[in-house]
Amino acid sequence: MTDTNISLGTADALISEPQQDRVRTYWQLVRLRLRHDKVTLFFGAIILTIVLLAVLAPILPLRDPLETGMINRLKPVGYQGFILGTDELGRDMLSRIIWGGRSSLLMGLLPVALALLIGGGLGVIAGFMGGTVNMIIMRVMDVFYAFPSILLAVAISGAMGGGMMNGLISLTVVFIPPLCRVAETATTQVRGLDFVEAARASGAGPASIIGTHILGNVLAPVFVYASGMVSVSILVASGLSFLGLGVAPPTPDWGLMLSTLRQAIYVNPVVCAIPGIAILITSLSFNMVSDGLRQAMDVKM
Amino acid sequence: MPNDQVATSSAPDTAVPIVDVQGMSVKFVSREATVYAVNGVDFRLMPGEVLCVIGESGSGKSVSMRALMRLLPDKAQIAGKVHVSGRDVLSMTQSELTAMRGRDVSMIFQEPMTALDPVYTIGDQISETILRHEPVGRDVAMKRALDLLEFVRVPSAARRLKSYPFELSGGLRQRAMIAMALSCSPKLLLADEPTTALDATVQIQVLILLRKLQKEMGMGMIFVTHDLSVAAQVADKVAVMYAGQIVEMGHVRDVLRNPQHPYTQGMLASTVHGQDRNKDIPAIPGSPPDMRLRVAGCSFAPRCPHASESCHTSEPPRVALGADRYARCILPDPSRGPNIMPQKVSA
Repeated sequence: MTDTNISLGTADALISEPQQDRVRTYWQLVRLRLRHDKVTLFFGAIILTIVLLAVLAPILPLRDPLETGMINRLKPVGYQGFILGTDELGRDMLSRIIWGGRSSLLMGLLPVALALLIGGGLGVIAGFMGGTVNMIIMRVMDVFYAFPSILLAVAISGAMGGGMMNGLISLTVVFIPPLCRVAETATTQVRGLDFVEAARASGAGPASIIGTHILGNVLAPVFVYASGMVSVSILVASGLSFLGLGVAPPTPDWGLMLSTLRQAIYVNPVVCAIPGIAILITSLSFNMVSDGLRQAMDVKM
Repeated sequence: MPNDQVATSSAPDTAVPIVDVQGMSVKFVSREATVYAVNGVDFRLMPGEVLCVIGESGSGKSVSMRALMRLLPDKAQIAGKVHVSGRDVLSMTQSELTAMRGRDVSMIFQEPMTALDPVYTIGDQISETILRHEPVGRDVAMKRALDLLEFVRVPSAARRLKSYPFELSGGLRQRAMIAMALSCSPKLLLADEPTTALDATVQIQVLILLRKLQKEMGMGMIFVTHDLSVAAQVADKVAVMYAGQIVEMGHVRDVLRNPQHPYTQGMLASTVHGQDRNKDIPAIPGSPPDMRLRVAGCSFAPRCPHASESCHTSEPPRVALGADRYARCILPDPSRGPNIMPQKVSA
């Protein structure tokens, strides 16, 4: 850049700032901040590993997670090639944990993603329109708020019957109200700011104001909040399977494994704890990454 | 590109005023109360003229300006005649309004900190307006945004184009804001206290710049301020507002040198201009009226040192004082001569 020597003496020179050499885009800034956040990187790597293992489960050299063996029931960790031991039907725990990660991750991510679309959309509309529309949408959300989230998920799943699809729907319904509320609050705050009025003064219609200025400012906080909900979703999904309302029995699933193994807790407590540890590590990692993202994505810092 | 703008906007039909407002009133109706924010405002602005609207907080300056673009919340009711570049603003449809805003009339806001969207670059925000109103591509719009930044004297414009608002100083942000407002060569620029949030030194720079750009582009400008020295710097005409009315209007020199309305006189007397430092600055006693109530007489009467019986009961007439000059007061009666001025005002 050749503009380093601005002619002094002009009025402009007074307001010129110290010259910076690089201009960073928003995402470059986020990346830069994340690179220095070792904790977030560590937990991000764990999530990546879990996701990779779950995705690659069919091609990994694992035993069949459904293969039972009456002789090898409830063997301890490290027994004869069963790295994590076996469960109450003699199935390989390692294989079941990795395969079970598929359904747990799916149940963690998909309901939150769907709820982000539906709840976030409703929240932005409610926040932007205000008045009657806001009142109708938010009061309906309040009705859902009257129930604790797990109870609501159990109630919906129970009413519709078990199975993965119904669990998914019930979890989505559970996560719509909080996401809607966060989106509504953020939108209401942004809507009153000068730049929205400035956009209106430069001829922007409601659609383009929502599309550029509202979404641009609301997306980051809502996204961060949603990422924190992934861990809750994994927990609640596990809870549903534990109660027999989620995934049907032979399919490996962390919550379901925890449920069936709990009878064996006096025989082999370590093996019983493994699915719980998997849930703990996964949800903790999502929480930590969510916190790191919030710090990295805050523009005004 | 600035030259193109001059070429297109310096040849308007000078007979048609760019703003023609007559008897405009704005009230905000809500369940609790009705606030009469603007009560019968008349003014005209010719292309290339700068009108400064002066008045204290709550006198209806900003509301009047926003009414020109119908940029007020739904509960606001605008009445009267509001014509901008020959078109009736009050009868425009929503799509006509959005087409007009930003292209014919644009606005600069008071707070450059909050009037720019923090998540988009300066270049994105300037080109956004261009893309909205003109059938050009993104590259062309970005190129024009760069030209505009140079036009408003932003140093190292190419780099600022890719900067986010939080990376710029207040003065630079306000320049970016001005560039955004000028992006489609508007015929009328509304500036709502654009220098209030800036440092004193930057204030002068931005003022001089605005005045220069306005002359170069030949556009009309309405400048809202409560700072008399700002008005003296940039204005051709001055309108002094009090309680939703223009109490005095005229050429900037006439009004500031020879104020006729007691409110203008009091305001001028209360400014600092090299008095003896041991003397108190005279202030106008009392406070502005409650805008939820409509007063029968002159709204300034309770604070006016010259108020007579009739001031409290009937609204004072508009007294014409030469071409384009008037005051809403009984004082500047020709028979009373020029000795009505209570205090000597040095300009």
